Formats: sequence, C-alpha cells, structure tokens
Amino acid sequence: MTMLDVRNVSKHFGRLAAVSEISMQVAPGELRAIIGPNGAGKTTFFNMISGFFAPTTGDIVFDGVTVTKLPVAARVAMGMARTFQITEIFPELTVRENIRIGVESSLGLRQRFWLRARDLAVVRRGIDEAVTQAGLTSKADRLVGELSHGDQRAAEIATALTLKPRLLLLDEPTAGMGEHETYAVANLIRRLHKNSAYTIVLIEHDMRVVFNLADKITVLAEGRMLAEGTPAEIAENPAVQEAYLGKAE
Amino acid sequence: MSVTTADAVRPLPGRRWLTAAIVWALLLSVPAWLPMLGGYTALAARVLVLGLAAMSFNLLLGFTGVMSFGHAAYFGLGAYGAGLTLKYLAASTPLAMLMGVLLGGVAGTLFGLLIVRRRGVYFAMVTVAFGQIAFYIAYSWNDLTGGYDGLRGFTRAPLDLGFATIDIANNDIAFYYFLLAVFAVATGLQGLLLASPFGRTLLAIRENERRARFLGIPIERHIWMSFSISCAFTALAGALYALLNNFADPMGLHYTLSGEIVIMAVMGGMRAFWGPLVGATLFVVAQDYISSITVNWMSFVGLIFVLVVLFFPRGLLGMLQGRGGR
Repeated sequence: MTMLDVRNVSKHFGRLAAVSEISMQVAPGELRAIIGPNGAGKTTFFNMISGFFAPTTGDIVFDGVTVTKLPVAARVAMGMARTFQITEIFPELTVRENIRIGVESSLGLRQRFWLRARDLAVVRRGIDEAVTQAGLTSKADRLVGELSHGDQRAAEIATALTLKPRLLLLDEPTAGMGEHETYAVANLIRRLHKNSAYTIVLIEHDMRVVFNLADKITVLAEGRMLAEGTPAEIAENPAVQEAYLGKAE
Repeated sequence: MSVTTADAVRPLPGRRWLTAAIVWALLLSVPAWLPMLGGYTALAARVLVLGLAAMSFNLLLGFTGVMSFGHAAYFGLGAYGAGLTLKYLAASTPLAMLMGVLLGGVAGTLFGLLIVRRRGVYFAMVTVAFGQIAFYIAYSWNDLTGGYDGLRGFTRAPLDLGFATIDIANNDIAFYYFLLAVFAVATGLQGLLLASPFGRTLLAIRENERRARFLGIPIERHIWMSFSISCAFTALAGALYALLNNFADPMGLHYTLSGEIVIMAVMGGMRAFWGPLVGATLFVVAQDYISSITVNWMSFVGLIFVLVVLFFPRGLLGMLQGRGGR
C-alpha cells in the first residue's frame, strides 16, 4: 500500500531541468526525509507534490488518485497539507486566530456568515486541541508575528494540522533556527510521527534531525535521485558520502 | 526564546467596545452638540454617508487586503439608481435605496468576476478603468442621466411606516436619524460579516494569500465575494447621498471621489473597524471649513493626509487604539 506515489516526474524551467525523472513511494505512517545539496531540486520536487505547479512530465498519485494536475484546494481537500521554507503564517492575527482559520476551513465552514452554537463548540474544541498539540498554550493569544522563530514554525505546523492531513509536507522545518528551537521542532515532529501516526515527508538540512527522525531517506543531487534507503544505508552509501555528506563534513 | 512585552499583546477586546460606545454616543447626540460647535446637521449627514462609503470600501482594502481605486463607480451607480427610481418609478425612499444597491451591487458582482485573478496594481488599475467607463456613460447619456448637469427633479419621499409617517423630506433632524438607522444596520452587518468564518478567511487572504490557499480557501472566489459585498454597501452609501442632496451627478462616479474614499480609509486607519468613519469625519469637516476660506481646499486636505500618513501610519484611530487593534 502506498500513500504517495511519485512516478518519474520532471520539471523544466525553460531549458533548465530542475528535476529529472524522480520516483518515490511513501507508505502510510512513514516519515520520509528528502536531503541533498543546495540546488538539488528538493523544493521544486516538493512544489510539484503539493500542487504549487504541475510537473512537465510524470505523474503524482495520492492515495490511489492521480493528482498531477489538480489545483491546491483539491489536494488540500483530499488531505494534503504543507509548510514552507520561509514560515507562512498570518502575522497580525493571534495563534488562536491562525489556528481557527484552519479549523473552520477544514470543517467546511469557511463560507459561513454565522456559526451555530453546535459548530462553535466543535471549532473551540479543535482550536484547543491544536494549540495544546503545538505546545503553544501559554502563547495562544499573542500575535503570531511577534513570536520567536521556533514558535512561529510550531504555529504554522499546528495550523496545517487542523486540516487533519493524511500527508504532511514540511519544507525545512528547522531552517534558520538555533539549537534549542531545532530541538523543540524536531520533538514536535517526532510526536506527530510516533504518537499520532502522521505520514510525513520533509526536506531538511540538519543531518542530526534527519538521521534521528526519518524512516527512510531520499537523496537528490542536481535534480536527480542519487540514493534511497534507511538512515543506516544512506550513511554507508559511498555515492552519497562523496556527493554530499563528505563535502559537508 | 520569546520575550513577553506589554506591547506584544493585542489590546483587550474591551478597548474595541469602548471605541464603538464612543462612536455611537457621539453619533446619536449630534443634533445636541453640533450646532454649538457651529456645525449643521447636513454636515453630519454627509459624514455618515461618506463614512459608510469609506467603511464599505475598507472591507476590501483593510480586511481583504485588496486595493480598489474605482469605488466611486458603485457609489455613483447607487446614487443614480436611487435618483432614477424616485424620478421615474415611484416616490418611495426604501425602493430607491433598494434599486441603488442593486444597480451598484450587480455591477460590482459582474465586474468582479472579470478581475479577481488580477492582483495588486493591476487589480487597482482595472478598477480605475471601469470607474471611468461608468463615469463617461453617466456623463454622455444626457437623456437619462442629465449628463454633465446631473440628475435633478426628484426628492426623497417621506417614510411611510404604515402606522405613522416620518417626514424625512423636510425635517433635517428626522432625516439625520433615518440615515443613522440605515448606517447602524449597514455597519452592524459589516461587523457581523467580519466576525464570521467567512470574514476570517478574508483576514487570512489579507495576511498571507499563500498560506490561505494551502488551507484550502478558494482565494479568487472569496475576493470576488468580498468585492461584491463591498460594492453593494458602497452603492447603499451612494443611494443615501442622492437622497441627501436630491441630486446625482457624474462627479459621484469620478475617480477623484474614489481617491477621496481611499484617503478617508487610510487617514482614519484601515485596520480599525471605525477608522474610515474617523477619516471621513476629518475629511468632510476639513473640506467644509477650509473651502469656506480658500478654493484650494484640496491642497490643505492633501497636506493633512500626508502628515497623518507620515506620523500615524496606522491612521488616527489605529494610533489611538494601539497596536493590533481593529
């Protein structure tokens, strides 16, 4: 059984081949890390999966349905959610309001002009759950734009989680963070994976995070698939060491 | 780690209710205090009408994050809709208002369909273009609209409630309270709209379109709905303007008025619910006072605008309410 099946996708920007014929299968409940040097095509690959743009060739199958050309909203409705390399939040709204927008959208209330008491209770419960899950209870009424980088990221992930996604796509969740924040976000991801059994695909630069969290790792280099395997296999792989790990250390 | 400062927390909801209470106390007691300051009731009526236009426009600019430079078109269509109804259809003030809202609202809804995919400057530019088209139609269609001279020959009809008749046609104070009642309903609906799930999706679009899209919000449809609603309310303000003056003219559709509406909203504070009303008050009073001294009143209003934007970038009310207020 496969949750996400990427078949031979390529993306060309003019004459530049950003991604060439990459395939990847992700099983339900798996945590997959995508790594690779800068310019390897990781984010381009991600953008095709999440529907930011369509691949030039190849297919993307999500949960048995071909979604290659489906718009973002349709993929979200099917249970795909993502975060971005540069945190994308609603800065001038509070944590609670950020999360509330996600909750109401996922409950299909987004076009309502009023809320019935019954719906309101469900919405409130959803907000509280998400706030607690993200560990932001004490900051729930602060404006997100004024939180620390790590807390902003946690709020972004919490907002994405309100969609109850069956596939969570995280683009460099610890980018630009210090030790402490990286640790906190990695812990959040671990909880989501181990305790809540989310299927997660993440791009990450921090190797400690990758090797600690991932079930399997996909290595990209120059737009192509270099290797795929468990953390142990990847650590041993000579091609990976040469192209990537060797250079980094 | 984050640091908690008093600043970083949004003002308590009580602050917003206080603003609303002050606004309503002042508006309700206008006939009592305005004459003492040398004002006259028609001036307050003008503030209400233009304030409603600016608040309606601000649904789009302040709460959806989309800029329109052509809102006078819907204001003017509302005015002509009301005026033409009174002149040719029936001497009914409610019907005149309804027709004004329909004319402006439907025009906005149809035009909105064509432009929701545009963003930023491109969106603003096409709204200007449509506004000017509407202006030239009103300007050239002499037989119907009276062309350059405007539409005359109608008066607002007394309000027949069934059990009583309110003479809003001749009694200025009665007319002021009639306007205030309409204003209350309209702004009440706007407040409910912004507090609804739909209203929150608009804030989401304003704050971060990409994030909103990836939460499954259909951006284009919601911008379109916001634009249509904003146009319909602006048309209501236009209809009231025709009732106030017993007159509608092409300048009510001209882009200079669109610009003035923008100025009112920004000057008062586009992130504050009542901000545009404050801006409209300052604008109308300054215009009234300065234009009695010099014909170049617009340069002075412009100067005030520049000073406000320089020193209070969040607008007058935004500044008074503190950070993050709305």
